Amino acid sequence: MVPLSWYVILSSVIFSIGLFGFLARRSLIMMFMSIELMLNSVNISLVAFSHYLQSMTGQILVFFVITVAAAEAAIGLAILIALYRNKPTVKVDEVNILKG
Amino acid sequence: MTIPQLFFAYFAISTVIMSILMITRKNPVHAVLWMLVLFVHIAALYLFLNAEFLAAIQMIIYAGAVLVLFLFVIMLLNLRKEEGERKYNTFWPVCAGISVIMVVFMLVILRKIEVIPPLGEYSIEKIHTEGSMMSVGKVLYTKYLLPFEIASFILLVAIIGAVILAKRRVE
Repeated sequence: MVPLSWYVILSSVIFSIGLFGFLARRSLIMMFMSIELMLNSVNISLVAFSHYLQSMTGQILVFFVITVAAAEAAIGLAILIALYRNKPTVKVDEVNILKG
Repeated sequence: MTIPQLFFAYFAISTVIMSILMITRKNPVHAVLWMLVLFVHIAALYLFLNAEFLAAIQMIIYAGAVLVLFLFVIMLLNLRKEEGERKYNTFWPVCAGISVIMVVFMLVILRKIEVIPPLGEYSIEKIHTEGSMMSVGKVLYTKYLLPFEIASFILLVAIIGAVILAKRRVE
């Protein structure tokens, strides 16, 4: 039997990798992919808790997380296309129009 | 180590390695392909946790829809010419430090986590007799009906918002 803590530790390690990618990468596409990675790590821990607590609530929450992730990917990539049309770059530190 | 622990060890180690590979690729297409393999492994972890329906959903929505969307946008923007530049911010060591500190804290906190006994009614036997889909559906369409409707509304907002944002303005 695999202990619950292994799943939770795996989930937190993947979350931290996604956090590093989100903070450190310059490309906006890679930042979106890091957000997807973080959402997936949370899903792993939710499913693990659902299994070990013998309750369905965790799996239902995963549904809503997947829904929000899909909506976020669609909106985010649309913003990326709109940004690329105005200023042909996807590097976040080159988009500094608001900087006075 | 028993057989389930060996399986878990394989999936855990390969998931971590693939996410590191995914984060550090320079070409976004390679990163998307690593992410595809990663999502298949995560779906296998869901199968391991008795969530067959969620594993199927993970394959269909993430590996099928979201990654294809990412690939479409990468192809559309034609990012090849930016490959020679540097990948990371100037302050990336700080970010790495934050991540490492977070991993250490989580290891210290979560090492001893346990399940406290009042368990729910969905034991493994009940899910096996009822079927994974039926047990998910029963809870989703009774107790969580209102959040389900709100989720559909979020998807509607995403459809309209994506079209409006990405549309070219015609003067």
